[in-house]
Amino acid sequence: MTIDPRSVTGKRLEIAHHIQVLVIGAGPAGISAARRAHQGGADVMLVDENPVPFDVMGESVPQIWGGRMGGQVRNRNAMTERMLEARPDLVELFELGVDVRLGTACWGLFSNQPNLGWMPGLVAGLIDDEQGSYHVRADQIIVATGRRDMGLAFPGWDLPGVLGASAAATLAGLYGAFDGKRAVILGSGPEALLAAQDLMAAGVQITAVVEQAASPLAPQLAAGLQAHGVEIICGQAPRGVNSDAGGVTGLILRDRQIDCDSVLLGVGAVPMIDLLQAAGARCGFDNDRSGFVPTLDKGLQTTLAGIRAAGDCAGIWAAKSADPALARSEGEAAANAALAAIGLSKHAPADLATPPHAPDMGRYRKDWVRATVVEALAEMPVCQCEEVTAREILEVRPPRYLKMPPVANETRSLTQILGDGPPDPDQVKRLTRAGMGPCQGRRCREQIQALLALQEDLALGAVPLAGYRSPVRPMTLTAATAPEDPAIAEIWDSWFGMPRQWVPFWDVEPKYTVAALATEKEHVSE
Amino acid sequence: MSANKGASVVVIGGGVTGLSTAFWLAEAGVDVLVLERGIVGWEASGRNGGGCSHHHSPLFAEEQRLWPMMDQLLGYPTEFVPNRIRIALSPDQYTLYGRAVVNARKQGFHADELDPQQVRDLVPLAGDNVFAGHYYHFGGHANPHRTVQAYAWAIRDRGGRVKQHVTVTGFQRAGDRVTAVETDQGSFGCDHLVIAAGPQTSRLAALLEVDIPMRAARAEMIVTEPLPLMPLGGIDGNGLYGRQTLRGNLAYGGGPHEWVETEDLPGGPRPSTPLSGSIAKRLAQLLPKAAHARVIRSWGGIIENTPDGRPVLDRPAPWANLTAGSLSGVGFGLSPASGRALAQLVTDGACDFADLSSLRLDRFSQLEPNWAELQGWLPGGLATV
Repeated sequence: MTIDPRSVTGKRLEIAHHIQVLVIGAGPAGISAARRAHQGGADVMLVDENPVPFDVMGESVPQIWGGRMGGQVRNRNAMTERMLEARPDLVELFELGVDVRLGTACWGLFSNQPNLGWMPGLVAGLIDDEQGSYHVRADQIIVATGRRDMGLAFPGWDLPGVLGASAAATLAGLYGAFDGKRAVILGSGPEALLAAQDLMAAGVQITAVVEQAASPLAPQLAAGLQAHGVEIICGQAPRGVNSDAGGVTGLILRDRQIDCDSVLLGVGAVPMIDLLQAAGARCGFDNDRSGFVPTLDKGLQTTLAGIRAAGDCAGIWAAKSADPALARSEGEAAANAALAAIGLSKHAPADLATPPHAPDMGRYRKDWVRATVVEALAEMPVCQCEEVTAREILEVRPPRYLKMPPVANETRSLTQILGDGPPDPDQVKRLTRAGMGPCQGRRCREQIQALLALQEDLALGAVPLAGYRSPVRPMTLTAATAPEDPAIAEIWDSWFGMPRQWVPFWDVEPKYTVAALATEKEHVSE
Repeated sequence: MSANKGASVVVIGGGVTGLSTAFWLAEAGVDVLVLERGIVGWEASGRNGGGCSHHHSPLFAEEQRLWPMMDQLLGYPTEFVPNRIRIALSPDQYTLYGRAVVNARKQGFHADELDPQQVRDLVPLAGDNVFAGHYYHFGGHANPHRTVQAYAWAIRDRGGRVKQHVTVTGFQRAGDRVTAVETDQGSFGCDHLVIAAGPQTSRLAALLEVDIPMRAARAEMIVTEPLPLMPLGGIDGNGLYGRQTLRGNLAYGGGPHEWVETEDLPGGPRPSTPLSGSIAKRLAQLLPKAAHARVIRSWGGIIENTPDGRPVLDRPAPWANLTAGSLSGVGFGLSPASGRALAQLVTDGACDFADLSSLRLDRFSQLEPNWAELQGWLPGGLATV
C-alpha cells in the first residue's frame, strides 16, 4: 500500500507511559475510582491539577479564583503537603503504590472516532512543572474533574475579591490559603449554601446570602445559616462593589451596602465537562444535573468507548452535593466497569442514585442574569478576557479593537443577525470574541447562554453549548512542546506537500494523472 | 412541503466559496439562496490561516486586486491587512520560499529579500535563529470568521437569502436541467444550481452523476493568547502558515495531515490531536520571543482535496444549469476571486478576468481509477507505538 509521506500514517505518537486505568481528578469520585481500580488489580495512574500553578490561577483557570489566593499558594511544595493533609485517603493511595501525580493537569483526551483514526488507543495529554507536556496511553480513562462556578457579571466583578463559591471552598479547604475574612455569597441553592457552611467551618465569616428570588432556594440550609448569624437577603441583586487597591471592600445592593472583602458567586455549580466535550464525547443539557453533562451508559461510559465520567462532572444535584458518598459510589462503579472492560473483574453494573426532578434551574440562572447583568446600571464586561459587554454580545458587535462604527445590524434581532435556528454561542463568540480569551470562556460561557436565551425567549437548554477545544488548560508554547517522533520532522510541510498543488498555473500539465508525477516539477511548499 | 420559495440560483454550501459566489450573484442583482447544513463558515472556511497570497493560482491577480476593497464592497469588516513576511530559519527553507517570490515577480508583483537583522527589526518576536526572509509587497491576511459572516450579511443586504440548518438530500431534474434541490425541509426550485459544499461537493455531484474526484483530510492549527501587536501580522515561515490576528493572538498551523472518510452525514466531530505540540514547538522556533505565550485552543478542520490539490471551477456536463466549485483545501484567501469567477460561470458561462482552463474538471479524464490508493490518500494507518 502506498503511504502519503506527508500524512500522519506510520508516524509514531510518543507515549511516556502505558497504563491500564487513568483517573483524572482526585476528589471523592476520583480517589474512590483509583482505589477500586487498584484493588481490582489494575495498573492505575491518578492525576490532579491541584496545586494549580500560581500564574494559571491568575487567569481564573480552572476556577474563578478572583485574586483571593493567599501568597502561600506560590509555594507548591507547601500546597502539596497541605493537600495531602486535607485528603488523607489520597495518602493512603500513595501508600498502596498507586501512581499519584499532583500538580499534573490533563489538557486533552484523544480517542479514535469519525475524522480521527491516528491514535494508538486512548491518549491523554498531561502537563506538569518539571516535564512540561507529555502523552500517556490508557486502556480506560475515568474523568472525575468536578465542578466550577457560573460567572455572573455586575459592575466591579472583575476586581480582586469576586470569586466562585466552590473556588473559595477549595482555597479554604484544600489549600488552606483563602485570602478573605468576610464574604457575601450570591445565590441560595444547596451548592452555594453548602459551600458557605464549609467556609464557615474553615473560619471565614459569611456575612450574608443574597438571592434575587423572593425566597431562598434551599430554605432549610438557609435557616441553618441564619441561626449562625448569616443574614439572608432576598429580592436583591448586586449593583456594584466598593473597593480599594486590594480589591472588594463591600457589596452594593439596591438600597444598602454590605461590608465584605469577598463576593462569592454561588448562582450555579457547573459540571466540569471541558475535557470530555473537547474529546468528542456527546454532552446534553440536563436540568436535573445542573447543565451540560456527558451522555453516559450504565457503566458511566461516555459515547467514547473506554472514557467514563464520575462525580460532579457527571451531574450535580442537592443530595449528591450534601453527601460525598454518592460521588464515591459513582467512582467505584466507573472503576468496576473499567475493570470489567479490561477483563479484570465481572461486576454487574451497580444501581446508582439518580437526581430527583429539580426545580427549573434554567429559569433560575436566567433570572439571575436578568436581575444582575441585563438590569445593571453601568456597562461592565461579561467576558473579562476580551472585555465584551452584554450589549455588545446581544448586538453581535465587532470587537472594539476594530474601531468600527456601529453597523446596520443594530436594528435587527439576534436571530435575524445570526440566521435561522437558535442563536449559537460559538457563532457569537467568533463575531464578538466573547469567550475567546485565556480563561477559555470559563467565566462567561453560562452567562452568555442565559443572555442569548433571555433575548430570544428560549429555555436555557435550547441554546447550544459553546464548544471546548484542547488544550483545556492554557500552556506556554515551550511547555506545550511534547516529545515528537523524528519522522514527523523529516516530512514536515506547512501544507499537504502535494507535488502539483503549488506549481504555477502556467506550468501544469493539461491532464493530471498519478503516473505523470514521475516527472518532477519545481514547486513551492506553502 | 412545497411552500418553500426557491430562487433563481441556489448555492449549496455556506462556506467561503459558496458565500462569495452568492455575494457576487446578489451584487449583480440575481435572486440567490444559500443552503447551509450547519452555520455559515463553520467548517474549514472558519478554521484556516487567513492567508491571501496565492501566487500559483490563475486567480492570484484578481485575489490581489479585490482584497483591499472587500471591507467596502461587503460593508462589514474582514480585518484584511496587506503584505507578508516569510521567515526562513535555514538555507533550505530560504530556497523553498524563494520560489514563491519568483512566481509572484513573474506576475508583476514585488518582493524584497531581508537579512536577519531586517527580519528582526520588522518582526519583534523573531530571534537570533533567523537565516533570512522575504517581504511580499502583496498578499496579506484576513479574519476568516469575520469574513464569512461579512459575506452572509452582505448577501442579505442585497436581497439574497442564507438558510442555515438545512441538509440537502437530493435533486429534481428535467432533461438536462436540475429543477429543484430536495432537503430535509422540503424542496427549493432553482433555475441554476451551484455546488460549493467543500468535502461534500463530490458526494452531492455524484447524485447528478458528475464525478468530481476528491478525498478529505484533517489539518490542525493552534492559537495563543493575545500578544502586543507586531507592525505586520502576516508572518509565515519555518514550515508554518498563519498570522498574528489584529487582536494579537498567534494562529498557526502546519505539519502532517490525516486522510479521513468523508461523512455521509456531515456535522461530526472536528477533533484536534497531540500534533498541537509539534506546531507549538515550531512556532516557538519561528517567534522565540513568544515562547512564553500560552496556547489557549486548537482547531481541527476537514478539508477536501482534488487529486492534484488544485481547484475545480467548472460547468460540468451534461447539465445545462450546474456549476461546481471546490477550492481544494486552499479556499479562503482566493474566495473574493473564486466567488466572482463562479458567479460569472453561472451568469455568462465563462470568466472574463482569469484563464480557468487549468481548473477544469476534464483534466481528470485520464486519471487512474485507483488514484487515491496510488497516492496513499486512503484513511487508516494507526500510529506505531
